[in-house]
Amino acid sequence: MKRYLIIMLLVLMPIPTLAITAEEVVKNYYAAFYYAGSDLKAHVIMKLVNKEGKERIRELTMLRKNFGGEGGEQKYFIYFFQPADVRNMTFMVYKYPARNSDRWLYIPALDMIRQIAATDARSSFVGSDFTYEDVSGRNLTADTHRLLREEKLGDRDCYVIESVPNEPIDYIRRISWIDKNNYLPLKEEYYDVQNEVYRLFTADKIEEVLVTGKGQEQIKIPTITRRTMKNLKSGHRTEVAFITVDYNLGLKDDIFTERYLRNPPNEAIK
Amino acid sequence: MKKFFSYGLVILGIFLLAISGKTDIASAQGDEREFSPEKTLEKVKFYFGGLPFELHGFFEGRGGARTEQDPHESKTVTLGETRLQIHFFKSFDWVKFRMKMDFFYDGVEESGLKVDFREVYIAFSPFGFMEIKLGRQILTWGTGDNIFINDLFPKDFTSFFIGREDEYMKAPSDGLKLSFYSLPVNINIIYIPKFNSDRFIDGKRLSYFNPQLGKLAGEDAVIHPSRQDEWFNDSEFAYRLYRELRGYNLCLYGYHGFWKNPVGFDYHKAKAFFPRLNVYGVSARGGVLYGIGNVEMAYYESKDDLGGRDPFLPNSQFRFLLGYEQEVAKDFTVGSQYYLEQMMDYNAYRQNLPQGNQSVDRCRHTFTLRLTKLLMYQNLKLSLFTMYSPSDQDAWVRPNIHYKINDQWSTETGANIFVGKKDYTFLGQFKKNTNIYVALRWSF
Repeated sequence: MKRYLIIMLLVLMPIPTLAITAEEVVKNYYAAFYYAGSDLKAHVIMKLVNKEGKERIRELTMLRKNFGGEGGEQKYFIYFFQPADVRNMTFMVYKYPARNSDRWLYIPALDMIRQIAATDARSSFVGSDFTYEDVSGRNLTADTHRLLREEKLGDRDCYVIESVPNEPIDYIRRISWIDKNNYLPLKEEYYDVQNEVYRLFTADKIEEVLVTGKGQEQIKIPTITRRTMKNLKSGHRTEVAFITVDYNLGLKDDIFTERYLRNPPNEAIK
Repeated sequence: MKKFFSYGLVILGIFLLAISGKTDIASAQGDEREFSPEKTLEKVKFYFGGLPFELHGFFEGRGGARTEQDPHESKTVTLGETRLQIHFFKSFDWVKFRMKMDFFYDGVEESGLKVDFREVYIAFSPFGFMEIKLGRQILTWGTGDNIFINDLFPKDFTSFFIGREDEYMKAPSDGLKLSFYSLPVNINIIYIPKFNSDRFIDGKRLSYFNPQLGKLAGEDAVIHPSRQDEWFNDSEFAYRLYRELRGYNLCLYGYHGFWKNPVGFDYHKAKAFFPRLNVYGVSARGGVLYGIGNVEMAYYESKDDLGGRDPFLPNSQFRFLLGYEQEVAKDFTVGSQYYLEQMMDYNAYRQNLPQGNQSVDRCRHTFTLRLTKLLMYQNLKLSLFTMYSPSDQDAWVRPNIHYKINDQWSTETGANIFVGKKDYTFLGQFKKNTNIYVALRWSF
């Protein structure tokens, strides 16, 4: 009897420590990539490069605050510095886990707020190769995830996950290389209906950002500070760099309201 | 024409002087393969990056012409201008200062180099729950797309109808805006000590229907209304109470001032004027079905003619708007609106209408449709706005193509097409003004 018990224990024990499901990997990935810290401020520069090498620049401040836990509601506030046609404009997004986001754009030259009818989360963010969903995250349950294998990408140990959208969208599957240590995506391939890679995401630089945690202790949040999305079919690519990034600033809730949309706070414009 | 070029050259000269000395950095754009965000940032800030305040703007040439001769206007050209906009902005911890001014030479009015201060204001927050904005400012609220019900801040219909950029649809107000937050409802209060009218169609550039003459008129009958410009006496007062409720934006509005166009006629002085007006309204906007829905309505109380019996004064009105917008395909948005304008004292209006005057309908029904398509990484924008009134049997069609050549240069072309069965309807009166326009802009 004792012998059986030991065998049973030996069989059962290692399972929870060894196996991680694909869902858990992706859940951790979304948490590390889209929900890090209680809030975030990033000074962002985007370089859009077409096939001929012609460049366009976008410069903006992004504020993000989590309302609720990982996978919960989030609010985004974006202030544009460049280029001229969007300068001083502010953009606000309320992201909900189970329904379409609400988006508002404020046009200062007209003192006008436009609520944007954008049901398509796959549309381009400010004309770049990144979609709204790439910026603010995709619902965990929107895809069926499968752990394909574990392998090294460069010197990093990775989970390789396949995510197949449950509803038809612009890609049929996504393969992600997710760092085992910090759960950040290092590379992603998006396959089109011909089953060819047509979009390629790469994390080009990861930095450990020092922040003050809940208990006032110093913690480090690994952050992708350089990333590229390349459209392999059109030859167009977008490179994004965080010039500065800060977490846990204690952004007030009311920053994400019409008041500050019309009159952007110093947190955004400085 | 000679004058046009000389003024254009003056503006260009000021501009080149302003940017000289910085061009060395501008031309130093190498094609480095490695993406350096710091270097890129330096590059995009090359012009006035070293100044202690933000300085931006644009330099633009814009021209437009009628597609047919208008017997009431001597010029076929509706728009021919060189414009330099300079925009200063400085933000301290406690106060923000903004000044936006346009220097332009207008080849149609040939009135020399002009300056238009569009914004000059300071904004500060004396308490956490309160904001003050004082000075010349652009003000907008309400939910309509090119239809304004509760927004009684000045508009510039001339600019709008001849194809100036969208920003010129609004004219500035000189006043004080107080905002109070953190209450169950947010409150905006606007006080304008001296009435700011719309920049209305006066006949100088565009022809219109003159009810006194009973026909279309233009340069031959330019409207010079009585001026309502007595400080603190001819003041305007507007307020809005609003809050968010379950994702819906709900507003209550009030306005006490004047009709924004000179719709009254003083037959003793034989002059048009701006009669007194009070407006009370509500609006709601939020997610509906797969898009955004909005509803807005207001009661226009024509204070000088409460019974609606004076044929030279506008009747009180009920205005109602219902709208819906949806992104139906990637980067393709469709928006539609229904708008109603109903006279409140129609019988009194009919009974008192002088013999021989055209009577308008009790209700004016209007539909609008806007199609917007973005192409080429959102650098090319095709849009079509149509306003059609089945009751007035008139329409306004506004196609526009806008292309961003790069981050500095952009170009656009478009048209304003007016059609109408009758001369005296709201859009039909402009039918001789159908025009096309083209523009090129360099931003810095």
